[in-house]
Amino acid sequence: MDEKFDAIIVGGGLAGLASAYTLAQNGLEVLLLERGDYSGAKNVTGGRLYVSPVRDLFPDLWKKAPLERFIAHEEVAMLAGERSLTLRYSGNELANEPYQSYSILRAKFDRWFAKQAERKGAAIITKTKVDDLIIENGKVTGVLAAGDELKADVVIACDGAMSLISERMGIRSPGLPKDHAVGFKEIIELDPNVIEDRFGLADGEGAARLFMGEVTKGKFGGGFLYTNKESISLGMVVSIKDLMEDQDVTAPELMDNFKLRPEVAKLIRGGQTAEYSAHVIPEGGYKALSKLFADGLLVAGDAAGLALNIGVTVRGMEYALASGYYAAQAVIAAKEANDFTASKLSLYEKLLNDSFVIKDFKNFKEAPQVLDNPRFFNHYPEFVGNMMKDIYEIPAGSKDRLYPTMKKYMKFGELWAMLGDLRKVMKI
Amino acid sequence: MSIEKMTTTELLSLNKFNVDEEEAHIILDKNICAKCDDKPCLYVCPALLYKLDKDGNISFDYAGCLECGTCRLVCKAKGITKWVYPRGTFGVSFRYG
Repeated sequence: MDEKFDAIIVGGGLAGLASAYTLAQNGLEVLLLERGDYSGAKNVTGGRLYVSPVRDLFPDLWKKAPLERFIAHEEVAMLAGERSLTLRYSGNELANEPYQSYSILRAKFDRWFAKQAERKGAAIITKTKVDDLIIENGKVTGVLAAGDELKADVVIACDGAMSLISERMGIRSPGLPKDHAVGFKEIIELDPNVIEDRFGLADGEGAARLFMGEVTKGKFGGGFLYTNKESISLGMVVSIKDLMEDQDVTAPELMDNFKLRPEVAKLIRGGQTAEYSAHVIPEGGYKALSKLFADGLLVAGDAAGLALNIGVTVRGMEYALASGYYAAQAVIAAKEANDFTASKLSLYEKLLNDSFVIKDFKNFKEAPQVLDNPRFFNHYPEFVGNMMKDIYEIPAGSKDRLYPTMKKYMKFGELWAMLGDLRKVMKI
Repeated sequence: MSIEKMTTTELLSLNKFNVDEEEAHIILDKNICAKCDDKPCLYVCPALLYKLDKDGNISFDYAGCLECGTCRLVCKAKGITKWVYPRGTFGVSFRYG
């Protein structure tokens, strides 16, 4: 191939596809290289896409998108050693269109999204891994893939959480364990009727349930469950630093214990596991973000560290879609000016700063430090469980008055520690 | 079928893999690994591909790799001398993801 592209995109996940789609829509010559057999073959999600923040960036996309179920019920389960407390939030705002979020399977969605980008005119080559960047006089001018030199005015690295491409350019170093979590997940096939009965779902509705407490053995993280059309996504996200430092349990052992919890076992009973996947998640937040651009290079999605854990949600896919979109906007402006230097491409950073992406990261910049508190993962679930036990227990003899029963939980030391935690949580 | 406890090997057998027999995408220097006291790779790999053999040495099989990258992040001793993604068409192909 002697032709020179306006842009070459490394990686056909959500960031790369969003870029390709947007660039092609605006008439640019774009080549996307994906190492998997198809887009989505190498991608993993826990399971939920929030459409609201990105709906207007891709107005034509959502109507026919192969999403699973819209999430109409948000649940959280606090698991103590021998008991648990589960909360379920439902509401008209979740059950009516436009739906805020959907469960999603990436192999299905990304493959479809790639077709839409191709329809806009993007060239997508699968089964092709980018091995290296071509760098001339400090500027990225193309990529090396399977022995071929492919040239472009700009390369957009959307190569995922490891981003070997941006490391190659020297704008990021290998991540630190403390800034990353590992997610692992089983897809468990179940009859749609069983899913709907088991989770109390009306037609098309889905549920999302987070699990915190005993299941991570005090490590930062939790379990998750999302209902798909004909399967359940069940998995965990755990701090890599805690796993490697505690050395008390392996990642698969945590998953085993999680599945065997009665609260979980009865939800997946009769199901058939169909796939086991895993993925690294950047969780360092704003303070861990690395440089987003260089001469002839932009970085988007997980490759740029754009995933955010704020305890109640772990989000990355919207940031991938939006950063891919804004990277494309910066390339369109660079093409108009025929200037692909870092200073021109810095428009990308400005667009991201003005968007929900970096605003979210700034709003929640303290979250990683605040949430890195073992009390959230062992003390509070036990505490709440014990309170529930005392409130609901009717002993053989007489039952104590409720107020004194609760008061014993509110000793000075406990209140002082809670206040300390609360002061930190107030930074989120 | 009920959900029984499945071993990691059984779970991996459900996945679609096309193993690159000619080129390993992750290579260890076992001399370096032997000197590593922590061996965090034993705990973090979701596919449990890092194991201790009977002599206490790390043994590793890239065949069931889920390509997550966790081992690359924890390898402080630099016993992993090569970590790249598998060549095009090789490795895991998620059907759900």
